[in-house]
Amino acid sequence: MLEVNKDTFEAEVLQAEGYVLCDFFGDGCVPCEALMPHIHRFADVYGDRMKFVSINTSKARRLAISQKVLGLPTIVLYKDGEKVKDLIKDDATPVNVEAMIQAHL
Amino acid sequence: MDKIYDVIIVGAGPAGLAAGLYAGRSRLSTLIVEKEKDGGQIVQTAEIDNYPGSIEGETGPSLVERFSAQAQKFGAEKIIDTVTDMELEGNPKKIIGQKETYLGKTVILAGGAMPTKIGCPGEDEFTGKGVSYCATCDAAFFEGFEVYVVGGGDAAVEEAMHLTKFARKVTVIHRRDELRAVKAIQEKAFKIENLEFMWNSVVKELSGDGLLSRMVVEDTKSGEQREILADEEDGIFGVFVFIGYKPNTGVLEGKLPLENGYVKTDDDMKTTIPGVFAAGDIRVKSLRQVVTAAADGAIAATQAGKYIENLEG
Repeated sequence: MLEVNKDTFEAEVLQAEGYVLCDFFGDGCVPCEALMPHIHRFADVYGDRMKFVSINTSKARRLAISQKVLGLPTIVLYKDGEKVKDLIKDDATPVNVEAMIQAHL
Repeated sequence: MDKIYDVIIVGAGPAGLAAGLYAGRSRLSTLIVEKEKDGGQIVQTAEIDNYPGSIEGETGPSLVERFSAQAQKFGAEKIIDTVTDMELEGNPKKIIGQKETYLGKTVILAGGAMPTKIGCPGEDEFTGKGVSYCATCDAAFFEGFEVYVVGGGDAAVEEAMHLTKFARKVTVIHRRDELRAVKAIQEKAFKIENLEFMWNSVVKELSGDGLLSRMVVEDTKSGEQREILADEEDGIFGVFVFIGYKPNTGVLEGKLPLENGYVKTDDDMKTTIPGVFAAGDIRVKSLRQVVTAAADGAIAATQAGKYIENLEG
């Protein structure tokens, strides 16, 4: 799974064609750590049909805020650079994330 | 749906996982039903210093991982499903989930508790967009910004102090004119320069354009309302809510006697319904910690085993 940063986010996510799922996480965010292995698993299963990236918001705070992300973990699904759906905090469960992926395959 | 388990445990936090370990180890067929992930509230905790035997650098998730592995080792099965209803009287008892209905001779209720919400308009909409219940998750977003903390107990004041390391200014909004937090914490808090207090105040509304930037606060004495807007240059502010916990007992209403929402049990974790037990934060108790949750789980599973023995003579 590709980890993007504040310099590559624009090209890898906002300029990308089709669906991109982005995992916004942060240093010291314990629920983010718990969710991350599931996102990696989904990337293995669905990665041939959807792009998966992650971004450490601790090093890209302004960028996260520009994407209206102000709480972690947040999983955002983009299509052609536009936000289609987001799952935030308690809603960002493995079950919900997989359902969101499957609904957009 | 055909299999009747000896024990069905609802919730996979420390109480549920400890119950699973004890039940599995007693060779009781055991199913743990959990709505999302193992661990309950402690997965939000970055440091666990007070669980006996926890190692240096122990986090909520690292401790939970070992709890889970241990329960699994002794044969407890686990399923991810959200419980929508329960039929607790009679035998077998039915746990009705979104996906399936599960049958058990005994049930251990270990659904835990969740942070209480303010309950005002905009709160859900702006969760993760300025409203937070998890300082370790979201404090860093507010470096240099203004932050408000709602509450007046130990957790609220301690988190407010932690947030002063990130935020330009932290204001504690409390509905009374003095804190409930213990004196030692208060003394420390009053010395912090960028920590202020807004007394006799409650949040009535949260709003903004995509991100939180406006709130309405009401004076509890005069009833007067005023608007708080984000600093123009910041464009946003944060609201962290620490006003206690609420047990996850919505589906139990009318089925069991509850006290402020919590399930009443005796010392053996027995509820008023034979074969139904409760363990952990969900029940009426004086100390809600991982260690007491685990102890409850062990007692509940042992009592469930005894109940089944008597049932089957």
